[in-house]
Amino acid sequence: MDLSSISPILLVASIMVSATPILLAAIGEMVVEKSGVLNLGVEGMMITGAVVGFAVAINTGQPALGFAAAALASAVLSLSFGFLTQVLLSNQVATGLGLTLVGLGLSSLIGKPYEGMKTPTLPKLDLGPLSDLPVLGRMLFSHDIMVYLSLALVAAVWAFLKYTRAGLILRAVGESHDAAHALGYKVVRVRMAAIFFGGACAGLGGAYLSLVRVPQWTEGMTAGAGWIALAIVVFASWRAERVLIGAYLFGGVTVLQLNLQAAGAAVPVALLSASPYLMTIFVLVAISARGNHGAPASLGHPFHATQ
Amino acid sequence: MIRLEKRPQPSRLWTAAAPLIAVILTMIVGGIMFAVLGKPPLEAIRTIFWDPLFNPQFASYSRPQLLVKAGPLILIAIGLSLGFRAGIWNIGAEGQYIMGAVVGAGAGLALYPSESVLIFPLMVLAGALGGWAWAMIPAILKTRFGTNEILVSLMLVYVAESILASVSSGLLRNPEGMGFPGSRNFRQWDAAANEELIAGTGLHWGVVAAFIAVILAYVLMARHIQGFNIRLTGEAPRAARFSGVNPTRIVVLCLGIAGALAGLAGLFEVTGPAGQISIDFNSGYGFTAIIVAFLGRLHPVGILLAGLLMALTYIGGELAQLMLGVPGASIQLFQGMLLFFLLGVDVFTNYRIRIGQGVAA
Repeated sequence: MDLSSISPILLVASIMVSATPILLAAIGEMVVEKSGVLNLGVEGMMITGAVVGFAVAINTGQPALGFAAAALASAVLSLSFGFLTQVLLSNQVATGLGLTLVGLGLSSLIGKPYEGMKTPTLPKLDLGPLSDLPVLGRMLFSHDIMVYLSLALVAAVWAFLKYTRAGLILRAVGESHDAAHALGYKVVRVRMAAIFFGGACAGLGGAYLSLVRVPQWTEGMTAGAGWIALAIVVFASWRAERVLIGAYLFGGVTVLQLNLQAAGAAVPVALLSASPYLMTIFVLVAISARGNHGAPASLGHPFHATQ
Repeated sequence: MIRLEKRPQPSRLWTAAAPLIAVILTMIVGGIMFAVLGKPPLEAIRTIFWDPLFNPQFASYSRPQLLVKAGPLILIAIGLSLGFRAGIWNIGAEGQYIMGAVVGAGAGLALYPSESVLIFPLMVLAGALGGWAWAMIPAILKTRFGTNEILVSLMLVYVAESILASVSSGLLRNPEGMGFPGSRNFRQWDAAANEELIAGTGLHWGVVAAFIAVILAYVLMARHIQGFNIRLTGEAPRAARFSGVNPTRIVVLCLGIAGALAGLAGLFEVTGPAGQISIDFNSGYGFTAIIVAFLGRLHPVGILLAGLLMALTYIGGELAQLMLGVPGASIQLFQGMLLFFLLGVDVFTNYRIRIGQGVAA
């Protein structure tokens, strides 16, 4: 094994890239769960975003349009989940699973003609003097715009939930939908908006996978990233700043195991490639052993005004 | 205004009618999807739902396939339905299916080339144990630490896939396979082969096991105290605790049965229709079985029928691929839509629609 082939500078840089898709999906899902809705369809929305983003970027030559289309497509898809769970009052767990199955089918149907193609990828952002910094420049300031956008999104969600009135309403709806309803807030409308936002974020995350991280389209390419995003929300105890930590931690494990595989580490390849999932389980256990603090009280409960 | 009013009791009529309506809606929307893809919609629907059963040209081949495909789906779905009834969401059946196949196949291959009659029963036992053990991981983590079983069981699917990839090119690889990944073919080894029991029917031991599971699950849910406890845990968890039902025991029981049945399904599949352990011998049955469980209303007899229907969409889907060039992925989408429509239509089971009276919600 030759560990010296792993450059720490490149490692940090690739952790940021590898964490971005999960970060986007997780921060969106956190907002959904804060509103009291458990949407298990993240994987399905992500992969739909991945294929739509890829297809649009190829056909228009504009990766930015790909991202926009991916966000829109996944958000619209998430509305089907919203309609079923919020209007028709279906079981959230089952409907989320259904959303994932639909998303996986839909994506491989759309993606068939695009297999093996290459898209134009996002250019690196020129941050002037920052990018020219000796070590930090390559580590932190040599990425495309989506990496910084995802960080900004985390900050925005954090500030939204902490300081705005709308954020307070969202949290109230998630903590006690009956009390929020009694105060005159439109529970279903707030939740639909949250679901829409979560869908858009998952779509962006998926598009980042197919347009930047990989960058190509292969069937089932999300490979559980959506589920890891769900686990990160639990890990983060439903707090935005911890979602960031969680996503970068998992990005780190993913990149490190790939690097170790490439360096021919004396660890079985199966163990290395399973390590992000094993790590997820391990972290979930560690978190739940302490007790599940921070979950919105109405999470997963259906709301019906005339009950 | 239209509003929903909760029924005091779920409607029995709608419980039975909802799956049928969901199938019809799926056919309609699926037909539109095929039309968008430039395929004749009516012909496509007929090819999927009618031709495999009644077209003289294909039926002799495809009818037996119905049992071959339905067997594992029913077996897995029966196990899942017990947990779903109790509010335990094991969605990692695919992983339990893989581990059942790997452990069962490994137990058999360790004894190759013996021709003892005990080998196949031993493999069946090992397969069930493999699936059971894999399901015990989320069960123990849930009961000891309160860890969410949805995420853990699902993460374990990816871990199982890694293990499968590893053993099929390592530990269980066929030494006479000229370096190709994949184990020995069990169908060429009489002591381990899961052959068709009655020629031309598709009936193999996995299908027999599925029928037995349906009967046992029916007895358990309708007649046995543990079945009552399972239902009570799902419908009124607090009441269940007050009446002395041990939640830990229910979790271990439900996940254990589901894992063992999924493991059995994997073992029967790998010794029969699939023939060998290979990187992609698993074909997503563990996930499709979730749809089967819901479509069958979590009821053993319903699951039997739903499994046959879902098997029909697989076979008809292949036929439609062959005859009409319908993309394979559209069948997967078809199955997903079915679950979606079912969940949507189900609103009528629990709610009544009221029009034009009272204040809207």
